[in-house]
Amino acid sequence: MNSQKPEIIDESGDKYKYGFVTDIAADSAPKGLNEDIIRFISQKKGEPDWLLEFRLKAYEFWKTMKEPTWAKLNYDKIDYQDLSYYSAPKQKVAPKSLDEVDPELLQTYEKLGIPLKEQEVLAGVVAVDAVFDSVSVATTYRQKLAEQGIIFCSISEAVKEHPDLVKQYLGSVVPYTDNFFACLNSAVFTDGSFVYIPKGVRCPMELSTYFRINAKNTGQFERTLIVADDESYVSYLEGCTAPQRDENQLHAAIVEIVVNKNAEVKYSTVQNWYPGDKDGKGGVYNFVTKRAACRGENSKVSWTQVETGSAVTWKYPSCVLQGDNSSGEFYSVAITNNHQQADTGTKMIHIGKNTSSKIISKGISAGFSNQTYRGLVRVAPKADNARNYSQCDSLLIGSHCGSHTVPYVENRNKTAKLEHEATTSKISDEQLFYCQQRGIGEEEAVSLIVNGFCKEVMQHLPMEFAIEAAKLINISLEGSFG
Amino acid sequence: MTTPLLEIEDLHARVADKEIIKGFNLTINEGEVHAIMGPNGAGKSTLSNVICGKPGYEITSGSIRFKGKDLTKMSAEDRAREGIFLCMQYPVEIPGVAVTTFLKHSINAVRKYHNLPELDTMEFVKMVREEGKKLGIDNEMIKRPVNVGFSGGEKKRLETLQMNILKPSFAILDEADSGLDVDALKVVAEGMNALRDGKRSMLIITHYQRLLEYVVPDFVHVYADGHIVKSGDKTLAAEIEKDGYAEYTRER
Repeated sequence: MNSQKPEIIDESGDKYKYGFVTDIAADSAPKGLNEDIIRFISQKKGEPDWLLEFRLKAYEFWKTMKEPTWAKLNYDKIDYQDLSYYSAPKQKVAPKSLDEVDPELLQTYEKLGIPLKEQEVLAGVVAVDAVFDSVSVATTYRQKLAEQGIIFCSISEAVKEHPDLVKQYLGSVVPYTDNFFACLNSAVFTDGSFVYIPKGVRCPMELSTYFRINAKNTGQFERTLIVADDESYVSYLEGCTAPQRDENQLHAAIVEIVVNKNAEVKYSTVQNWYPGDKDGKGGVYNFVTKRAACRGENSKVSWTQVETGSAVTWKYPSCVLQGDNSSGEFYSVAITNNHQQADTGTKMIHIGKNTSSKIISKGISAGFSNQTYRGLVRVAPKADNARNYSQCDSLLIGSHCGSHTVPYVENRNKTAKLEHEATTSKISDEQLFYCQQRGIGEEEAVSLIVNGFCKEVMQHLPMEFAIEAAKLINISLEGSFG
Repeated sequence: MTTPLLEIEDLHARVADKEIIKGFNLTINEGEVHAIMGPNGAGKSTLSNVICGKPGYEITSGSIRFKGKDLTKMSAEDRAREGIFLCMQYPVEIPGVAVTTFLKHSINAVRKYHNLPELDTMEFVKMVREEGKKLGIDNEMIKRPVNVGFSGGEKKRLETLQMNILKPSFAILDEADSGLDVDALKVVAEGMNALRDGKRSMLIITHYQRLLEYVVPDFVHVYADGHIVKSGDKTLAAEIEKDGYAEYTRER
């Protein structure tokens, strides 16, 4: 019953505070990937035929695909047959209220600091859909949201209760043919969140999902679908932690966002999955496809991400600006330390007229880590007066890390205005000494300077999230200087 | 009754492999204002950096004591917390860090060292506003990132503001070879004079006598080739202004 911290953490004095393992009998699929496993997942989840077909089509296509190698990442080859594709906490019936949820799960969330209990949620004005491995355990605050017609539930529930909506939008932004990892996800995705904001509704609170990978050797493949109908608004927060393990855990998620006329979606991520230890052993492989389609006129989407975790990150949240006057924003802070590797950036695809996009990317590399900003700004022939502003700044700490910037620009319209700025800098001895001379210790000085460097991005995070993110940045960089 | 605050004895220090300070001696008592004047390249800035513990300087022999404590064993931040303030010639920019944020970190780090509780936000804001007002610093300026895009005068004002807030027992004004903007300098001078209370001490490092018209020193030392070659009162500064440093550098 008791979930204790594994001794490894205490002995090594490691800083990763989320490295506990919850001891719950899990209902898992055997290792390996084949048609039977996919049928098993679909059957476990009681899915309709159309979804099983979707999965099988994706699987067939995936078999013809090759894992991409263009990213500046080095990692051991993943054996896709050595992973288990389904793991659910054993529980006979789906819980109807928090009282029915396994208390041990609730304890886990408490350690993560998720205000799962409804009264706490009330105080925090946050609705949480918590994803524990593959099954969404509890969705809070749903009632209040339902009154306004807002749907916020796990995607498996949505498949059952709102099949038309799911069928209409699933795979419409990220088709299963999109890329290797997205295709894999389409075949085996287990759970995730579904959000629908009806016409004219401003979602009154921040919606939040915490993902957590628990079971050993389980790939987690969540799938999130957000649909903002005309004139609606929603701000969605995604937070991630994973327990500490020596094996690398695979995570290949998809986030799809549909933004209709005059609607706006803000999607914020704080990702602090286990980055591996000081020598680069263990850690999460994070291969994520996130994309938003701004379909309607004047639609707007904004991605804000603070990435401090994962051993390997491969992630390019993108905006497809289809509607005239639509706009996309990407604000990113990525921190790599020790032996972490990140290849991350964004894609801004301008299709509609008068579309605009803004990219602010701040990369901080420390230790022996390597980081690449990879971005694409594409302006289609009919995208008159498209505008883009890109700014990519890198900060290096120490002399063993690397930072690379790879901005692709493809412009097919001569009225487009595209700007790109990039800087690379180091925390200077002068800056450090200045802080120290005013009584500020070295570690605090580094964190102050780094937080200053990231400020433009951090100010786009919702308040509470920003505080958590600032703390994470400090934890991630502890001991990286001097 | 004199109480020594800073005692430097036979100090030798080098940067990389080059010895810059060669047998430097100086005692500054509580309440005294000393000026060190010297030709360019004499190592005047090295002296202030060594006192403040800037990394990259190596003390090869000799001692520096502050309030009786061995400074050379202390980190740069601890020296600052003990009450040494270096009013910098070219303060560095820290992008994205607002002046108020920086000041708050600074003052609370010093308070923590002295086992004092963190300053309450209201108190802090009030103090910054009051001290700022005296220096012509408006609320807009303290919201800007530290020194980013500041004019020379604004930088000096900010240095002075920090000094007046931290109220150090020993302030070093390093103007070793700056192009001396007189208006900006007056601001700092006034700030320094405001701190003179018969107990606090100061060290002014300068190339020109001009500055000493605003902050009148009790003692003037001529510094050449890594040590003090002559000491006197403020009249020495006037002499140097008239005759230059040639006499002292020729000795080498």
